[in-house]
Amino acid sequence: MTTTRGLPSDLAGETRSQPAYLRAWARVREDWHSYVIYVGFVVIFLLFAILLHGSGFLSSNNLLNIFRQTATISVMAVAMTFVIASAEIDLSVGSVAGLASVVAAMSVTHGGLFAGIAAGLGVGLLVGVINGGLVTLLNIPSFLVTLGMLGIAVGVAQWITSSAPQPILNDTFNTIFGSGDLGPIPGLLLWAVIAVVVGAVVMAKTRFGRQVLATGGNPVAARFSGVNTRRVKFTVMVLMSLVASVAGMLYAGRLQSGRFQWGTGDELSVIAAVILGGTSLFGGSGKIVGSLFGALLIGLINNALILAGLDTAQQQIIRGVIIIIAVALARRK
Amino acid sequence: MNDNAARFAVEMRGVRKAFNGVPVLAGVDFALRHGETHALVGENGAGKSTLMKILQGVYQLESGDIRIDGKTVRLRSTQDARAAGIGMVFQEFSLIPTLSVARNIFLNREPRDRFGLLRDRESVRRTRELFADMGVDLDPNAMLGSVGTAYWQLTEIAKALAQKARVLIMDEPTASLAKTEADALFALLERLKARGISVIYISHRMNEIYRIADRVTVLRDGRNVITATCGELTAAELVEHIVGRRLDGALVWRPRKIDHAAAPLLEVRNLTAGPRVRDVTFTLAPGEIVGLAGLMGSGRTELARCLFGIDRATKGDVFLRGQRVKLTSPRAAISAGLALIPEDRRAQGLVLEHSVRDNLLLPLLPRLNRGPLIDDRKGRKIAGDLIQDLQVRLNSSTSPVKLLSGGNQQKVVIAKWLATKPAVLIMDEPTAGVDIGTKTDIIAMIRQAADEGLGVIVISSELPELLAISDRVLILRDGTVERILLPREDISSEETLQAAVQGVDQP
Repeated sequence: MTTTRGLPSDLAGETRSQPAYLRAWARVREDWHSYVIYVGFVVIFLLFAILLHGSGFLSSNNLLNIFRQTATISVMAVAMTFVIASAEIDLSVGSVAGLASVVAAMSVTHGGLFAGIAAGLGVGLLVGVINGGLVTLLNIPSFLVTLGMLGIAVGVAQWITSSAPQPILNDTFNTIFGSGDLGPIPGLLLWAVIAVVVGAVVMAKTRFGRQVLATGGNPVAARFSGVNTRRVKFTVMVLMSLVASVAGMLYAGRLQSGRFQWGTGDELSVIAAVILGGTSLFGGSGKIVGSLFGALLIGLINNALILAGLDTAQQQIIRGVIIIIAVALARRK
Repeated sequence: MNDNAARFAVEMRGVRKAFNGVPVLAGVDFALRHGETHALVGENGAGKSTLMKILQGVYQLESGDIRIDGKTVRLRSTQDARAAGIGMVFQEFSLIPTLSVARNIFLNREPRDRFGLLRDRESVRRTRELFADMGVDLDPNAMLGSVGTAYWQLTEIAKALAQKARVLIMDEPTASLAKTEADALFALLERLKARGISVIYISHRMNEIYRIADRVTVLRDGRNVITATCGELTAAELVEHIVGRRLDGALVWRPRKIDHAAAPLLEVRNLTAGPRVRDVTFTLAPGEIVGLAGLMGSGRTELARCLFGIDRATKGDVFLRGQRVKLTSPRAAISAGLALIPEDRRAQGLVLEHSVRDNLLLPLLPRLNRGPLIDDRKGRKIAGDLIQDLQVRLNSSTSPVKLLSGGNQQKVVIAKWLATKPAVLIMDEPTAGVDIGTKTDIIAMIRQAADEGLGVIVISSELPELLAISDRVLILRDGTVERILLPREDISSEETLQAAVQGVDQP
């Protein structure tokens, strides 16, 4: 027996006996797509700061506004990061938010604060169990299940309200969900920060987070390692809908009414935010902080386009172009 | 009795298993000693994988019993098997490409602190220890998807060891390894053996079995044929047990009549493409079979790709029947009369969901036109004839190709390209991963086609088969033809060829 044999050096290449900082740099270099969002964010921020400095873009009021407007997207993007990391998708989040907003509003009016919150969360739980059950038990692709649910949820919301807005007169509800401030900090910002911190810890530091990544990275391998991939996917789908219902209540609290239109089209912003943040659409990776910056970038762009005085049609076109370019840069492979 | 039984790390007795009423295992006995490397061999479909999946807890046995260290166990799940000390190194890797090496090794068994949060530093530290123990130099923080496949296997082994496995099951572990990597793996197996770890080693490669196994068990048609120490059995006897019939000399070189005086079918002059194909010159006579031998990276595959127009040549000429041909794309190569059967045949050679017949007819469709429609009757007849020649056991010519074994799929791919009647057929590793019976059939198919005037270029890293089938062998090194050897005259044995391939001076 000869002494220890390693592997041929040409294959070992970068991993072979290098100082730690060089190996860390090698990882950054190979994983640079994940960091594009931060560079992009800074570049676009500076660009707008220069181009729009006369329009009050940099005023603290405007910046807080951007946070406030993107808070619901950020909160949903955190949960969506888990969904996409497990190689699933949820297209129903926007309309679930809308449905939760009207159900919570109606329940607050008839049963008070706690009934309202419970009813709102109940919508998320119910939709999540249906989505997750269909995906994991009947093996229907989540794309199709949630595409169907998108229509169902918005339809139900419109039907039970006869398309009418449902005003919320309960101040406590409105204060908790988005209208209130904690000192100088807008409540909505707090919600977003809590969601991101909890999401980041769960993703990086808990076994559940690791199981989500494993399930999305290679479901067969995950199963062979003892991961119950069905339960992981089910849990992720339920959490997503629950979070979407919270987002719906944040809309309701901020705008002091429930409306079936709240959240319409949010699924696209949320998914774009997650992909911009460096999470792979093919599953197996999940960047929570990246998703936050993805959401902020989208908010930044929306805000700047309005300040620049573009009309809605032009805004949509430019937003679409920027998102395609950014996703093309952030994507892997 | 317990003392007696505990002689074995694993003992399986009278194991039976059937799928859909078809018996796959008909009472198999298998015993693995502590610290031995035990080769498990047999043709595709002999029941090796099923037996091992029972030991891994993936399938449940119908009757029979399993003892591990003398204790009867019931393995209802892979978790049960793992708890019993059975570690698996899967053929299809069971790793997550998007996680780091250390995170893969401790997946779902991560060390956690008292708040239930993961301690990745601890996983990394333990991974370093494992690798140091195994003699492997690999960064535990490297993303698995970014390291070579050789390291995947080592990571799998480390994962099994981290779970305190006493028995490792390895299925064709060298299939995707270069020779030096395989050597490193064998060295690792020796280390593990010294630590009392038993290995069940499934392989088709005879020289590997003789190199590392202590004992060998042969399975055929769901029964164990023989268990013997490797010293008791010659390779020829072993092959006989595997096949169950005398081989009709397919793996023996046969002189074939080749008219070297005639104008060459294919002539390659100074062909150059990138760093891996440099100044390659050779000829191919009608009906000749030329073997390409060389180490990984010697340019074998790249030469084939260049001849088939996948990679553009930067210099040099190719003549087919004396006519200069421009091989600028696979389309151009096909219409010139070249065909390539790639190494990754499942991905590149077959539409797995389609029937055997449809697969066979795919390249022939242009010839089956009847107006704008396809002449189904003619198609059925052509496909029927082809299938008969193939000797593939089929339920029906309309059953999907994916239901066939790997060896039979390979036969279908070869038949499909032969049916297009090319002038020159290039085959990259035509028998990789197929059992010896199928290998015999494939070699017979190649010979028959060559006898009808087809020129064949075979790339193979299995030297015995290259030696048996080739009329001439080109030795490639660093992208260029180093030597041209004639079997019998220049190459007296497999060892001589091996030495030539490795570039070692012969005694």
